[in-house]
Amino acid sequence: MSSTPVLLDNAQSPARSEALKDRILPAMLAGMLGLGLLYAAGFAETAQLHNAAHDGRHSASFPCH
Amino acid sequence: MFNLTTFRELVIAALWTGLLAGLLLTAVQQIQVIPTLLKAEVYEEAAVVPSTENSHEHHEWQPENGWERTFFTAVANISLGVGFALLIGAVMCLRGRPGNWRMGLLWGLAGYLTFFVAPSLGLPPEVPGTEAARLADRQSWWLITVLDTGFGLSLLAFAKTRTNQFFGIVLLAAPHLISAPQPEVHSSAAPAELAQSFITATVFANAVFWLAIGGLMGQFYKKEL
Repeated sequence: MSSTPVLLDNAQSPARSEALKDRILPAMLAGMLGLGLLYAAGFAETAQLHNAAHDGRHSASFPCH
Repeated sequence: MFNLTTFRELVIAALWTGLLAGLLLTAVQQIQVIPTLLKAEVYEEAAVVPSTENSHEHHEWQPENGWERTFFTAVANISLGVGFALLIGAVMCLRGRPGNWRMGLLWGLAGYLTFFVAPSLGLPPEVPGTEAARLADRQSWWLITVLDTGFGLSLLAFAKTRTNQFFGIVLLAAPHLISAPQPEVHSSAAPAELAQSFITATVFANAVFWLAIGGLMGQFYKKEL
């Protein structure tokens, strides 16, 4: 512990758990939602999804076909 | 459990941003992106029809040309917009929210470089009917390039030591040194001018899209005063 004084200053446990609750968890959850949407619109190979999003995928330069 | 207010603010900002940026992109695409795609499809169909009499490709549902197709493209654009806005919002939430829309534009620029410019250097936007390498290989290269560029840019912008910033530059260059998967033979049903016109059109349309995403997220998700 004594070898990491800088880290210790910023990361005492109440502050760390607050950062986790206030920033890290909301950001992770929002990020995962975003990835899910991007996967469905940009990558999913289901024919219907592909055909519906076809022009959007070509326009965004996602690998298509 | 976790701060629901922060999460809700982020999601609402991303929904509005994605909706507006997606609609704006749909409008911008009508100038050159969609007309070029439709022209290329004529060449693609002309190239396909004589060789396959009982084509199975057209059994799957696809939107009718015209309003239906534009509607689904708008839905896809809005989904991409909300997805990108959620990712950018997640990073803003971790790094500190922007103060205004001008700060947001910088995030939009970073997103444009990461998600469009870097992968397009190796795999340029293509019109339908272009020969390309195996889809899975191209998707892997695309994903690696995006992750690598995002990480490289953040090191370049935020790293405190010269060594780490240099490492950022190495990361930015790496995917282009290991070149993108290419088909054995390059060929395209559409003429080269059409392919070139499509690249120009997407470079412009995606720049507008990303600056809108960044600027709107900067405005809707700014720091409380």
